[in-house]
Amino acid sequence: MSSYKARFKVWRGDVKGGGLEDFEVEVNDGEVVLDIIHRLQATQAPDLAVRWNCKAGKCGSCSAEINGRPRLMCMTRMSVFTREETITVTPLRAFPVVRDLVTDVGFNYQKAREVPAFVPPAELAPGEYRMMQEDVDRSQEFRKCIECFLCQDTCHVVRDHEENKPAFAGPRFLMRVAELDMHPLDAASDSGLDRKKTAQDEHGLGYCNITKCCTEVCPEGIKITDNALIPLKERAVDRKYDPLVWLGSKIRRRSS
Amino acid sequence: MSVVDRQEWDVVVVGAGGAGLRAAIEARERGARTAVICKSLFGKAHTVMAEGGIAASMGNANPHDNWQVHFRDTMRGGKFLNQWRMAELHAQEAPQRVWELETWGALFDRTKDGKISQRNFGGHEYPRLAHVGDRTGLELIRTLQQKIVSLQQEDKKETGDYESRLKVFQECTVTRILKDGSRVSGVFAYERETGRFMVLEAPSVVLATGGIGKSFKVTSNSWEYTGDGHALALLAGAPLLNMEFVQFHPTGMVWPPSVKGILVTESVRGDGGVLRNSEDKRFMFDYIPDVFKEKYAESEEEADRWYEDPENNRRPPELLPRDEVARAINSEVKAGRGSPHGGVFLDVSTRMPAEIIKRRLPSMYHQFKELADVDITAEAMEVGPTCHYVMGGIAVDSDSAAARGVPGLFAAGEVAGGMHGSNRLGGNSLSDLLVFGRRAGWHAAEYATGLTDARPQVDEVEVDTAAAEALRPFSAEGPAPGEDDARPPENPYSVHQELQQTMNDLVGIIRREGEMEQALEKLADLRVRARRAGVEGHRQFNPGWHLALDLRNMLLVSECVARAALERTESRGGHTREDHPTMERKWRNINLLCRLTDPTGGLAATDPVRGQIALTRETTEPIRADLLALFEKEELVKYLAEEELYE
Amino acid sequence: MATGTEPHLNSGGVRTGTRAAIDAPHLRTDRWWLAPAVTAAGLLAFIVYSTWRAFANADYYSAPYVSPFYSPCVAENCKNMPSGPNADIFGSWWAISPAIIILIFPLGFRLTCYYYRKAYYRGFWASPPACAVAEPHKKYSGETRFPLILQNIHRYFFYAAILVALVLTYDTVLSFRDTDENWGHMGLGTVVFLINIALIWAYTISCHSCRHIVGGKLKHFSKHPVRYKAWQFVGKLNARHMLLAWASLVSVAVADFYVYLLASGAFDDPRFF
Repeated sequence: MSSYKARFKVWRGDVKGGGLEDFEVEVNDGEVVLDIIHRLQATQAPDLAVRWNCKAGKCGSCSAEINGRPRLMCMTRMSVFTREETITVTPLRAFPVVRDLVTDVGFNYQKAREVPAFVPPAELAPGEYRMMQEDVDRSQEFRKCIECFLCQDTCHVVRDHEENKPAFAGPRFLMRVAELDMHPLDAASDSGLDRKKTAQDEHGLGYCNITKCCTEVCPEGIKITDNALIPLKERAVDRKYDPLVWLGSKIRRRSS
Repeated sequence: MSVVDRQEWDVVVVGAGGAGLRAAIEARERGARTAVICKSLFGKAHTVMAEGGIAASMGNANPHDNWQVHFRDTMRGGKFLNQWRMAELHAQEAPQRVWELETWGALFDRTKDGKISQRNFGGHEYPRLAHVGDRTGLELIRTLQQKIVSLQQEDKKETGDYESRLKVFQECTVTRILKDGSRVSGVFAYERETGRFMVLEAPSVVLATGGIGKSFKVTSNSWEYTGDGHALALLAGAPLLNMEFVQFHPTGMVWPPSVKGILVTESVRGDGGVLRNSEDKRFMFDYIPDVFKEKYAESEEEADRWYEDPENNRRPPELLPRDEVARAINSEVKAGRGSPHGGVFLDVSTRMPAEIIKRRLPSMYHQFKELADVDITAEAMEVGPTCHYVMGGIAVDSDSAAARGVPGLFAAGEVAGGMHGSNRLGGNSLSDLLVFGRRAGWHAAEYATGLTDARPQVDEVEVDTAAAEALRPFSAEGPAPGEDDARPPENPYSVHQELQQTMNDLVGIIRREGEMEQALEKLADLRVRARRAGVEGHRQFNPGWHLALDLRNMLLVSECVARAALERTESRGGHTREDHPTMERKWRNINLLCRLTDPTGGLAATDPVRGQIALTRETTEPIRADLLALFEKEELVKYLAEEELYE
Repeated sequence: MATGTEPHLNSGGVRTGTRAAIDAPHLRTDRWWLAPAVTAAGLLAFIVYSTWRAFANADYYSAPYVSPFYSPCVAENCKNMPSGPNADIFGSWWAISPAIIILIFPLGFRLTCYYYRKAYYRGFWASPPACAVAEPHKKYSGETRFPLILQNIHRYFFYAAILVALVLTYDTVLSFRDTDENWGHMGLGTVVFLINIALIWAYTISCHSCRHIVGGKLKHFSKHPVRYKAWQFVGKLNARHMLLAWASLVSVAVADFYVYLLASGAFDDPRFF
């Protein structure tokens, strides 16, 4: 039961420039980094910009980088740091900065639009959908995603290479492709859409070199790499690099 | 003036939670060009916090379930104060709304035969809640969000522009509804990112802004819940209904401070968790009201046997309705028998083996482990009541969701009143969003596209006034007009904290006449101070400024709650008067309506007695005979006045 | 505005002009370099050891044990291994170590393995060195182009790895003989071989391609209950793929080194019965 003064460095600025600003601020038992940022707002820097919402790790708004690691501020307890440590908080470094800790995450919304939506099966009316639990388990795991975009931020494909942004959807939206491709009733193929192929051809799956940082930062503990990206790569192989499968599909198409 | 952006739309939806998104989808599908405005990023709405499920009588788990049973449960839960036509529509349409989510890609948990699984919940006679683990709200939001994206993809194919017919303005706040005479003509808003103003001209506006919890200190609600829609409607001349009914959930976290108020799900108690005070006593046995005496266990032994054998034993008093438990905890803490951080102990650790706790309550285990560093398999949780939901809201027409007296204004979701009566059942919130979100979108589109005469025009004077109002916090320094000495501007954060403390202490879970009068005085004082709330910096993403503007809304709504609570001299559902502890049949058909005292919408800081809000009483329409026939006479006698029964 | 305002370097990556102006390539305060360093050191040690052993062309057979590096042995210059994994397929023109012929398969399997890819992309190529630590490369095209696009052939190496594992299983069975080819005996080497083959199989089966082939590619598990069970089983192993990758790497080196000790006469195999 005690409070102490912690040293913080918070990045302040906007697209024109900025830097790390030093603060000394009170920390009480049981607090998280977001509490401290709020205390700074209420006492020292009323115009310190920060994006947040539910404060319970469910909405994915308060993404930032704490001591250089992409994290949710509301889920980072102050007790993981020593009292002597200076805690550095910066905005996400893969996206354009708006102000202080707020970044422009529009890239992600752009990418979301580029993934063709769920295609409902034409023959089923609402209420007629039958799906087995084991068939929806996989996609359900991916639908736990709270869209905090920490995976998009940490992924070196776009973090370290701005020029790859147009070609690469990022882990979050490749996972969305996987989710739809594994959806037991998605009828995309009936409409001539092959998600396995487009994952590679249009969403840049090949850029992923499976170094697993997306999985490491995921606050929901989704196994993005093992359960979404690698299976998607294997599905792409089925389509594009497996002569047996390729031959089989040719023959089947001809005979049908 | 500094308005940089002006656009024309058919329907503007304010709020992008479940109700707002559902309304937008409906409006767009019915051919209206639709804009959605939300304060957060698209997909972050408070709906994601909903855990339990969506109540809909699909009858997948129990084939006896149907809309009539659901209707009955809803009316009982709301203590018959519900706008019955809404409860009827809600019960009838909820299954369709859930099934349609599946066609948009939602993945609910499944039954053995592949249908949507349904779970039990308090107040529901049959297992009825469609769910996805404990993240149903997230699934709902994501599905609606993705449906919107898919509509935008269609538009892109047709017109080359994703946003030609449906656009989301994220991180924007609406501060005023603009009017042309009595009709809606658009909204005035600012972009949080840049601080730029914009005017969206539209004949239809749907309010779907959620609740008011941020006026209370301990709440499960997020920062967005500042009662914006309630206030916007008031300012536009529409009345609010039954604002005294605020649901306090009995078990929220009380420690650490960072998570105070966050929900501890009801299933903890359902699965065997017990409440103890600092003297280690299971105090709930002392709080069983007479009407429930025969339904609840009298001894700990009997209560413990119930978990194994519910047929031959009565249920433990920990499972009393939410309002009863919340009041009991409140009394224990006030009597000095609380836990170190001002709650009581909720213990599962001595009741179940660690393995079972982890299996049955995984999210609670993680919530406490990660946020409070408490291992609930080894120690007790500290919990206390938390402000959760407002049953009151904008008075709307049951079928069309149209607000009263303001053509072109619609409301759906938590911001709309009436549906839940005096108390909401768990699971009825998400279905409410879908059913009335759709209806609001549908009628808003119909109204907008069906206008025969000219569209309502935006009044430039109104725009200028709104802009001046929004900019006031930047010029709050210096003496107020007519005052001699310069005073420093108020810190909006301090005003907000005092408001929260006031509402929590004086208009909280247990209400007394004297305290509420005190609260009204305090609110009047805060109102004066809030007008002088000043901010530093500039308009680009400035949270201090945003809060200063939100204060107006919170103060308006708080006054509505306090005034209505003072007026209603009975205890019913989410409204408990210590000085009027019983439910009165004569209040059953009385609605309290809040309107602005000054109909021009000006917000002069008037005296506390008069305030900004005027109350009127209204007698509700009698419940339709065929719906009344769904209940037993003996039950109706408890709620309805004699003359209602024999009509 | 903030004190110590930094101008934008605008030199790409995290220093792209529109992003927050922070000069440091990363702000991590933990020992992020430890994991890639250990990985690189471990892999390097194995590469050095296996290169020496593979090209040594000596001390790889000591009845009844054959080094896993030299099995199956398919050139004429192989040592004679009574009923061992010998087959003179390549003939006499193959003059260098016969290990090279066969090592290409396990090498290819591990080189294209989804875990090892992560390990060497991070450890050797610093792409990225660690999460949220800027990588030193100007350009990056991932596995979209030659040669890295060849990583997609992992599943063919998986098929080959199964054959190799079968041969090594055969070798392990043979290790239940004594030096005179009589059955029903066992020595310390047999234990080493048993552990090794168990780890080899676990690593091979836990492969991501295997997980895909046995069931992952299906849309409806409910229609293929057996393959669903298989997928679940492989999934459990797959979660430990990294651990198994290292364990089997060490065990195969240990098995080879054990044979080397015996064949070079530095050590005598303790016989149990």
